[in-house]
Amino acid sequence: MSADLLEARGLAVAIGGRTLCRALDLRVRCGERLAILGRNGAGKSTLLATLAGLRDPAAGEVLLDRQSYAVSNPRQTARRRGWLPQASYDAFASTVLETALVGRHPHIGRWDWEGEHDFVIARAALASTSLAGLEQRTVYSLSGGERQRLALATLLTQQPALYLLDEPLAHLDLNYQIATLELFAAEARDRNAACVMVLHDPGLAARYCDSALLLFGDGEWLAGPSAEVVTTENLSRLYAHPLRELRDGEHRWFVPA
Amino acid sequence: MPSRRRALLCLFLFAVLAAASLTISLAAGSLDVSSWSALSSLWSGDSLTREVVLELRLPRALAGFACGGLLAVAGALMQILLRNPLADPYVLGVSGGAGVGALAAMFFGLPLLAINGLAFAGACGAMLLVFGLAHGESAWTQPRLLLTGVVVAAGCGAVIALLLSIAPQEGLRGMLFWLMGDLGHVIEPLPTLIALLIALALTLPFARDLNLLARGEHTAHALGVSVQRLRWLIYGIASLATAVAVSAAGSIGFVGLIVPHLVRMALGNDQRLLLPAAALAGGTLLVLADTAARTLFAPQQLPVGVLTALLGVPLFLYLLSRQPR
Repeated sequence: MSADLLEARGLAVAIGGRTLCRALDLRVRCGERLAILGRNGAGKSTLLATLAGLRDPAAGEVLLDRQSYAVSNPRQTARRRGWLPQASYDAFASTVLETALVGRHPHIGRWDWEGEHDFVIARAALASTSLAGLEQRTVYSLSGGERQRLALATLLTQQPALYLLDEPLAHLDLNYQIATLELFAAEARDRNAACVMVLHDPGLAARYCDSALLLFGDGEWLAGPSAEVVTTENLSRLYAHPLRELRDGEHRWFVPA
Repeated sequence: MPSRRRALLCLFLFAVLAAASLTISLAAGSLDVSSWSALSSLWSGDSLTREVVLELRLPRALAGFACGGLLAVAGALMQILLRNPLADPYVLGVSGGAGVGALAAMFFGLPLLAINGLAFAGACGAMLLVFGLAHGESAWTQPRLLLTGVVVAAGCGAVIALLLSIAPQEGLRGMLFWLMGDLGHVIEPLPTLIALLIALALTLPFARDLNLLARGEHTAHALGVSVQRLRWLIYGIASLATAVAVSAAGSIGFVGLIVPHLVRMALGNDQRLLLPAAALAGGTLLVLADTAARTLFAPQQLPVGVLTALLGVPLFLYLLSRQPR
């Protein structure tokens, strides 16, 4: 039930000669949601790409299903973990439905074509991101928020056990922000999927994630249950700006002082 | 996205068009032959018709078809590799290198075989040069590769201009024809046909992977594509396909840029259908253009590259204007 899905051991992440995160030990279990918080340039996306196996770590290792990315088969890996890029651009036109179906790639054999089953999954993913009815539109005709939801739908179509989400709420209106977080909460609850997400709102992190990882950008990090880690004291240090906590029933919100 | 059945149907239609273009090219020419007797002369018929069709028109038509197919496939692959709709088979300097080799051979009055051989060597030389220069410590990026290729192509262009300016008067026409593409010297179409089959056989198993690569390296990687390996593979195949086509028929422009776009506009951007359809459409276009090139002002022959552009430009603009914006 709560097996380790993703594990980082002594992980160091560096870019351009700068170490962003040092000796990171992290475990993400099935059904668990983890938020990554930090300032711009603190290494959130770089760490996420490393956790996704898209970048080699500077030191240490990342294990998915107790196996290092270095030795695992990319196709099998793609059936277990999905990654949402922060931004994407399309060099060539394609329709919304075609784009969503891309997520089926690791599930389809080399010589097979998408079958009815794959179309059902893709249509359901589009419906769950409120894109039903736009199937035949080209991606060029979508707004920024619609494109973001299409990227989320493509990821859902992939049906991985581990979601790695780089700014899943980018370009989204408030209603879609909550809908998206609820969607992944449901994935965690119903499919026992794990989520690691880069967020900008500590309040949403506290509300929707079991645990949080704070990246200070100088190699230092702090991880633990959201209730303990996401505090005004830690956040004020993280963002180098004093924050104040507001309470609304069970929810906590953080605003700049 | 086409279903597999629809894709096969489209390919069947493209194959019928290709067969029709080949038949036309066998029948058309200064010796008047009907389509039927052109086809029947492939296995029987009077000796003159047989000789003209089998010895002259058939090799030229088949080589034209193969070169058109090779250029179209190479163009489609380059557009994916560079994620740039402006990419064509020549964008990374392959035709420039071939041009330097071929023109140098002509300059020194070497025989046809040496011209083709040096063209191929020049193409491979340019490919390896771009490969070596753009290959950084870990991997190249698309802009770096593109810039390296464009600069190498520009350097080759300068050498070509130099050779043209110091070449003796009587050799100039042959050089210019080579540069604009000319199927008149093809003797043996078999190597180009085999190259086309190999190029398709090596890329089609990765066609869906290429769909993902067109959407971005990281996206493809995250969905289970071995990106680096695939990029080397299609870089090598596209360059070698171009080198084979260019050394057989000179640098025929336009086919490699426009045919992938024509097919994409008509059938969508699924490489499983696009690559074989582009091979058939590129072959068809080049066969028709070459037939026009040798018959329009017969006995005067035109460079086929001029005709591919004259046929392709209006067709392309028409389809582009019909695209939903």
